[in-house]
Amino acid sequence: MTHWLIMPIALPALLAPFIILAARYHMGIQRVFSVAGVVALIAIALGLAIETSDGTVMLYQLGDWAAPFGIVLVGDRLSTMMVLLMSVLALFVLLYAIGSKWDERGRMFHALFQFQLMGIAGAFLTGDLFNLFVFFEVLLIASYGLMIHSGGNVRLRAGVQYVLFNLLGSTLFLFALGALYAETGTLNMADLAQRVQMISADETVGIRVAAVLLILVFAIKAAIVPLHFWLPSSYAEAPPPVAALFAIMTKVGAYAIIRVYTLIFPVDLDVTAGLHGTWLLPVSLLSLAVGAVGVLAARKLDRLVAFSVISSMGMVMVAISLFTPVSISAALYYMVHSTLAAGALFLIVDLVRQSRGHLDLVTDAPITGAALVAGLFMVAAIAMTGLPPLSGFVGKLMVLNAAFDTGPSVWIWSVVLTASLISIVGFARAGSVLFWKAQSDGAPVPEAGRPAPSPLSCVAVGGLLAMLVAHTVFAGQIYNYTTATADQLFKPDAYMRTVLDLDKSYAAHEQTVVDLESALSQSPTTTAKLS
Amino acid sequence: MEFLVASAIGVLTAAGLYMVMRLRTFPVILGVSLLTYAVNVFLFASGRLTPSAPPILTDATIYTDPLPQALVLTAIVISFGMTAVVVMIALGAYLGTDDDHVDDMPETEGEDAT
Repeated sequence: MTHWLIMPIALPALLAPFIILAARYHMGIQRVFSVAGVVALIAIALGLAIETSDGTVMLYQLGDWAAPFGIVLVGDRLSTMMVLLMSVLALFVLLYAIGSKWDERGRMFHALFQFQLMGIAGAFLTGDLFNLFVFFEVLLIASYGLMIHSGGNVRLRAGVQYVLFNLLGSTLFLFALGALYAETGTLNMADLAQRVQMISADETVGIRVAAVLLILVFAIKAAIVPLHFWLPSSYAEAPPPVAALFAIMTKVGAYAIIRVYTLIFPVDLDVTAGLHGTWLLPVSLLSLAVGAVGVLAARKLDRLVAFSVISSMGMVMVAISLFTPVSISAALYYMVHSTLAAGALFLIVDLVRQSRGHLDLVTDAPITGAALVAGLFMVAAIAMTGLPPLSGFVGKLMVLNAAFDTGPSVWIWSVVLTASLISIVGFARAGSVLFWKAQSDGAPVPEAGRPAPSPLSCVAVGGLLAMLVAHTVFAGQIYNYTTATADQLFKPDAYMRTVLDLDKSYAAHEQTVVDLESALSQSPTTTAKLS
Repeated sequence: MEFLVASAIGVLTAAGLYMVMRLRTFPVILGVSLLTYAVNVFLFASGRLTPSAPPILTDATIYTDPLPQALVLTAIVISFGMTAVVVMIALGAYLGTDDDHVDDMPETEGEDAT
């Protein structure tokens, strides 16, 4: 058994205390270790992604306990891809935080950053629902610290809202887990997938409640519309590098929805029939629309970007809620794109704030380094709103294509296209007010002392945009990969066999079946149901 | 006993939800704590209520499911830590702004009420 699969969790988990204990007063050493850690993380994630790219499912049993009883980490195409995406985003965000000196404005930025990465990587890799809850908490508690990094009253207020909302989400998650455990007697995802199918059709009340509670929890994380209220103010008030890193956190919710609702509660399961099409699709369309309207209505640039995150999450969720291999593949492509684009936009917001002093969308004196910042903003806005030639356009095309021959295609097409138009108008207005009108206004030359953005921070933003361009250029290959990922998700047999170790040998197989049956007969509910 | 536990969960949840709907941080934090108590009892009950039985496999034929107890312990530790964090952040926000409302401030300079 190789230990590589646990490295994306273990490496940041060891690095963070080291940074706290050994490098507490040395910002230079902290920076070196933090960057080195993230670069190593990228290498590991790349290795894992290559390892799983042929469809193998990697399994890591913690403490060598077999699956339904011990905790397992599982690496398949989807989870390793998400870890890779996270580490690439983290590298550029970290470079920006160093280049713009955001990491010096409060204490322990780098340690919290590493803990945050540990939580996100764990959430992507775990094969156990309760463990998913624990990693959610790890990433949340690190994000609380990062959210109020460098302090300030407005930020603290937004932090209170953010923490309280997520505490409620965690409580809901625990209720869902309790209900699931009471119904099935297990929390291992692969084991759950098997047992949920055994539940007879007339005893599904508890499991339906659990399924809906779980999707509510993940919808809070993914900021789908009735549950999105935490996002605008917390993302807008968080330090910009942190907000850029948070771009991956909404995707954790989307990832969890994809994982749980393809593996445990697949679309063709009677128990949860109607949950995806009847409920998830309309709210996804709604969040797409609300996000676009928010982009148009925002009076500050940071709110505008926050609403564009909601809009793009709506887009991802529209594709997910169709739950066909084609649509999941499109959703994965769009998810990568939207993470990179949102990260870049939040960093550009900070570039604007540095040279302008505020973010209100009113005409003001031209900013220092305007040409560069305006160019970066235009590229990122084109990507975010889905104009050709960048990957947002390609991704949107894939989503529309996936929706083409489904029932609600009229709704999806009209909402997606209208929302795109609205957010294009919103971004165009913001860009012209910020960069264009400033020139033609004859406003006074800015006072000296506002520094031009440092080279490293521009490199970080440029790097993210370069990743977007690469995402566009290699769209064909990436789409093939996401299609393979989606196929793997819709054939969860390999996943279950690996996790539950069903085919080590025929005898072992028989033994496991016997074990499963005896475990089942000990679980009182299932016994009642079988009899 | 089932009635007692079920009503305890229900009353705690109802009281917690009511408190969470308040506008000030202190009642909201109290409400969140009540909700976490409710969920702890709920988790505990999810392994069936088996009084006076050991939570390990022994020769005895009757035993309590040990897993929910482990889950509850984890949940208690996490919710305790989280509550401590939110109390500290809320205190900081209150001392800084002299205002302990949970929602955004009403429209002032540049503050966007969402």
